[in-house]
Amino acid sequence: MDSAKAQAGPKFTASENVKHFFVSNAVPIIFLGLSAAAIPLSGFSAGYLVQEMLTRLARNSFLVLSLLIPIMAGMGLNFGMVLGAMAGQIGLILVTDWSVVGIPGMILAAIISMPIAALLGLICGKLLNMAKGREMVTSYILGFFINGVYQFVVLYLFGVNGILSLPFTDKPLRIPITNPQLVLSRGYGIRNAINLTGIRRVLDNALPASLRFDFGSGPFTINIPIGTFILIGLFCFFIIWFRRTKLGQDMRAVGQDMAIADSAGIAVERTRVLAIVISTVLAAFGQIIFLQNIGTMNTYNSHEQTGMFSIAALLIGGATVSKASIANVFIGVTLFHLMFVVSPMAGKELIGQAQLGEYFRVFVSYGIIAVSLVLHAWKRMQERERARRGLRGEG
Amino acid sequence: MMDGRFKKFIENFGWPRIIIAAFLMCLFAATPLVGVRLDTSISDTLVRVGMNGVLVLAMVPMVQSGCGLNFGLPLGIISGLLGATTSIQIATSADAAAKSGAAQGLWAALSSALQTGSRSALLFAVAIVIAVPCAAIAGFVYAQILNRVKGEEMMIATYVGFSSVAVMCMAWLLLPFSSAVMVWGYGGSGLRTTISTNGFWWHVLSDFQSITIGKFYFPTGMFLFFMFMVFLLWAFFRTKTGTAITAVGSNPEFARASGIDVDRMRTISVMLSTILGAIGILVYEQSFGFIQLYMGPLYMAFPAVAAILLGGASVNKATMVNVVVGTFLFQGILTMTPSVINNLLKSDMSEVIRIIVSNGMILYALTRKTQVKR
Repeated sequence: MDSAKAQAGPKFTASENVKHFFVSNAVPIIFLGLSAAAIPLSGFSAGYLVQEMLTRLARNSFLVLSLLIPIMAGMGLNFGMVLGAMAGQIGLILVTDWSVVGIPGMILAAIISMPIAALLGLICGKLLNMAKGREMVTSYILGFFINGVYQFVVLYLFGVNGILSLPFTDKPLRIPITNPQLVLSRGYGIRNAINLTGIRRVLDNALPASLRFDFGSGPFTINIPIGTFILIGLFCFFIIWFRRTKLGQDMRAVGQDMAIADSAGIAVERTRVLAIVISTVLAAFGQIIFLQNIGTMNTYNSHEQTGMFSIAALLIGGATVSKASIANVFIGVTLFHLMFVVSPMAGKELIGQAQLGEYFRVFVSYGIIAVSLVLHAWKRMQERERARRGLRGEG
Repeated sequence: MMDGRFKKFIENFGWPRIIIAAFLMCLFAATPLVGVRLDTSISDTLVRVGMNGVLVLAMVPMVQSGCGLNFGLPLGIISGLLGATTSIQIATSADAAAKSGAAQGLWAALSSALQTGSRSALLFAVAIVIAVPCAAIAGFVYAQILNRVKGEEMMIATYVGFSSVAVMCMAWLLLPFSSAVMVWGYGGSGLRTTISTNGFWWHVLSDFQSITIGKFYFPTGMFLFFMFMVFLLWAFFRTKTGTAITAVGSNPEFARASGIDVDRMRTISVMLSTILGAIGILVYEQSFGFIQLYMGPLYMAFPAVAAILLGGASVNKATMVNVVVGTFLFQGILTMTPSVINNLLKSDMSEVIRIIVSNGMILYALTRKTQVKR
């Protein structure tokens, strides 16, 4: 498709170009329209919305960026990113227990979560190699499976005293966590809500900056979490650099066609595993950044929504299952969270039920994933059919 | 000879299944040691098998036609919920009409019929009669989507199911139901999250000819209904259409070459799966006693998928034996682990075991090399 366009490029008229722009960016444009209609209904002030969007961009971009590399390697949307999120949370629990605070605490949490995420990524990558062609559903179910393992570890192995004992001994099988604010009163298991006071907003406030505005409706200040944005910027540069490395090029080749990549001498399976490992480790860092902004952690829920929200945001930004850019990430996070903030209030004003707006945004998150998966698979099937017709000499 | 057959049996049955079956047997054997009654344990397991059986059965048509595991089961479930809520609405309206004496014609006949002993059976029939066409329509639309995304049905089915649940969340708030037992007490509009089926069709199947010996209870009617559905589906797969569906599932190219309309067969199988899902949830609710709306159906596909895989089905082949064995094993584990393991460890570990076993089974099935690569 792209090569055909490039050849015919100069022949396009302005109106055709405009049409092409609208068709290829249909999803972000629709969401922009929806938000534009919902913002006045919600009654939020411009200052509030700008502040919210900046905060949410800082909070979520890193997580969404971690999805890019598996897409490059042709493995679709990495629903297994929740594995990384869980690894990040384990790091945060340990750091909180050891009372390491501030930026060192965050770095230590990242260091702890890294090997765990790498191991989980390795498992995920190996499994996906066994399930080629259905990577997404497999990584999705793997997320649930590892969630079970995570719950087992956090709920039964973490604590002052263990519930299980090592085989053939009396020694308890446990990972010592002694802080009574973390451990349930029964002596083992982590509490449902953890206050991350030690690292709360340390990265966001590392380089504080605020701007004052006055649009006639009274002055307001906007705080910009520069520290987090610098880290996100570094990540973007990393991805741009990575695409040009040998490994990055290999991944793109594997993403194009596994058979051709294999005959070109690329270790296909190894490359695919590496893509997932990198994505999982980055997702672990992303979750740590996400939670330092939120400031509290729901031990058993925080990671569950991470995958769905990140994927929905990326798709709303105009990405597809096989193609995603850095711009898609930022557009997507902004539009998705704009809708996220605005829709409950808009629903309340419009129909008198905030609950309706809640359900609407749930519907959009699921619906957008469903629609983009359908469109992608449909396109691929049509291409396959065309190739088959060509073989039969009909096309 | 005997040894070879035994080996083959093990191969067919699969090691994960044998381990889980052995684990379940251990759990049953351990009941007296930990002070849990064996008869109530077996009774509880059987009740849950009957409750979930039809939902697991709903997996079979789509697996057989090559559409993969029906992660879009919530679509069928919400059709069933629509039938359930409508039947209760009809019942309350008819009761009110009977009380005021304002009923006329057909409505009057219905009101008076609802005052007789067959009230709950009649209402359950109404629920099914409403649910099945809804499911057929939903299933038809769903099939049109799935026919355009061959090879990637499962992930898309999951999200089609999720989206439909979210759409219905909005619908439950907005649909013009007025029955006082279903609508939120304050505000007067929007359905409650759980609605009791008591007084309508609670235990209508379960209590039919049910057997009670001491603490042992056997829901005969529910099992008869389950077996009837299994028989119907079994018989269907022996008809011309049923055979064609199986052919499409095992080799679509070959099926097409022999003149079978592949898309049509897939459509029929998806509609059938969705209809069975709708009936399945009604059977579930009449035993459970509550209708769960809103986000209730969201994850309901996963236990059913895990159960049929546990029974020995693969991503593209499933039989009635898989359904019955799988439901028994899965529900057995689910029933027995809380009582036995929790008594042993003095801690509730059942939820974690459920998550690991069910998703582990699905993962095992997804990563197994399939013989025919399409």
